[in-house]
Amino acid sequence: MFKDITIGQYISGDSFLHKMDARVKIILTFAVIILLFMISDPIPYAVFIAFAVFLVFLSKIPPLYVLKGLRPMVFIIVFTVIINLFLTPGETLWQQKIFFDWSIKITYEGVRMGILMFLRLTLLVGVTSLLTLTTSPIMLTDGIENILKPLEIIKVPAHEIAMMMSIAIRFIPTLAEETDKIIKAQTARGADFDSGNIIMRAKAMIPLLVPLFVSAFRRADELATAMDARCYHGGKNRTRMKQAKMCARDYIAVGTIIVFAAALLLMQYLI
Amino acid sequence: MIKCENLTYAYPASEEEQAVKIKNVFENLNLKIEKGSFTAVLGHNGCGKSTLAKHFNAILLPTGGKVYVAGMDTSRYEYLFDIRKNAGMVFQNPDNQIVAAIVEDEVAFAPENLGVEPSEIRRRVDDVLKIVGMSDYTTASTAGLSGGQKQRVAIASILAMEPECIILDEPTAMLDPQGRKEVISTVKMLNEKKHITVILITHYMDEATQADRVIVMQKGDIIMDDVPKKVFSRVDELKALGLDVPQVTELTHMLKDYGYNLPDDIIDIDECANELIKFLK
Repeated sequence: MFKDITIGQYISGDSFLHKMDARVKIILTFAVIILLFMISDPIPYAVFIAFAVFLVFLSKIPPLYVLKGLRPMVFIIVFTVIINLFLTPGETLWQQKIFFDWSIKITYEGVRMGILMFLRLTLLVGVTSLLTLTTSPIMLTDGIENILKPLEIIKVPAHEIAMMMSIAIRFIPTLAEETDKIIKAQTARGADFDSGNIIMRAKAMIPLLVPLFVSAFRRADELATAMDARCYHGGKNRTRMKQAKMCARDYIAVGTIIVFAAALLLMQYLI
Repeated sequence: MIKCENLTYAYPASEEEQAVKIKNVFENLNLKIEKGSFTAVLGHNGCGKSTLAKHFNAILLPTGGKVYVAGMDTSRYEYLFDIRKNAGMVFQNPDNQIVAAIVEDEVAFAPENLGVEPSEIRRRVDDVLKIVGMSDYTTASTAGLSGGQKQRVAIASILAMEPECIILDEPTAMLDPQGRKEVISTVKMLNEKKHITVILITHYMDEATQADRVIVMQKGDIIMDDVPKKVFSRVDELKALGLDVPQVTELTHMLKDYGYNLPDDIIDIDECANELIKFLK
């Protein structure tokens, strides 16, 4: 039941986006998100949507897959749109009296805001999911380590953060397998995980979680010994086999995003 | 290669244990492991064999006496990384000693810690994966490997430090027969072809027969220390300790009890078959 978990939903491939340096990808994703929140007019948005579609096309990932990533966000998107639709003050388009003085109304500004919010959130999730779809978790953690590296001067433990994340990722399948085993073992002893109300079901999780935690701590202890045995002593004087190197592809991507951002901001603020 | 002088060790006691007298795991243990040898350590659970192994690369430090690895005293902190680099250790559970999600990253972990040049790490990773026969899995995910493959990757990741000695603490205890065979033949090959000193802690007798020296431990003492043939010919003593002997040794021993005249130092299946054929003729 837990075997199919894929964190970040990475899909391997060899597209332009897959081959890009993870650091560049992470930073550019942030840049694009910030840009998304700086624009609000229809024309820049139209251009942005076209660009997002182009990126999906460039990643060679089935568009349906990218849309699937939106599913967990549907509730938040719908909720935000409704709130904006009804609660933005302005020129009334439609009004319905419910009782006494209290009425609900939709305003022109509300409709505008609703559409804007819908597009913003959809594009936000779409663009970030492109990052995780085209970057393996390990490349992602390596990228984060490299980006945080300069912050080590102000005592940010960049190497330790990245190490923790990559060990966590490494242990997901191991712990998932273990959870499966414990469920089977407890079911064989008559534990019932699937029936009863929500409180009963939450209580039924205790015999699952306790052994899982105990074993996770034991594993952590053994792993620490194994790391000690291989001379692990933090990030100091440590080298990396895979050296991140920027190549032409990454400079092209940076250039494209700069031109794109400049163009959109011009459209937004000057025209 | 490794020398224990009057080694004494007691686990740090918790508060309630301190009231009772703490028993030492070892008392004045002396042991010398020759360079290039293949030593198997046998013994019951709790006889101190894993504790002993942990002294060989300074994971545990003696409370009395000294342990020297390649002439370096394990209790001196300045030698710590040199000792661990020289005496690599492979543990029992393959899942709990793998750090990285990708095979090549796992093998690169130790040399990265040692600050080796990136191009040199690449060379070592490719080399050691070839030695353990895992070259086809260089970029594979570690989670998808079989137990035997995981242990071979674990051995490769130790080899990447270019150690003179490998200590294996029950590396096959959690593996199926196929995985055990893979691991033991890899270890045997490393000893013969690469002249790496091997210390194999195990409770499988047929693995111990591969070694050129067998040490039997009981309650923190070394009670037998000889070539496998000599050790396993003491069938009754081993049985009294609750240890097994290889199946063929047991067979010839039983036949001898019935009055058949067979040599009592047979530990190998082929050897046993030959003797039996000779006898039947």
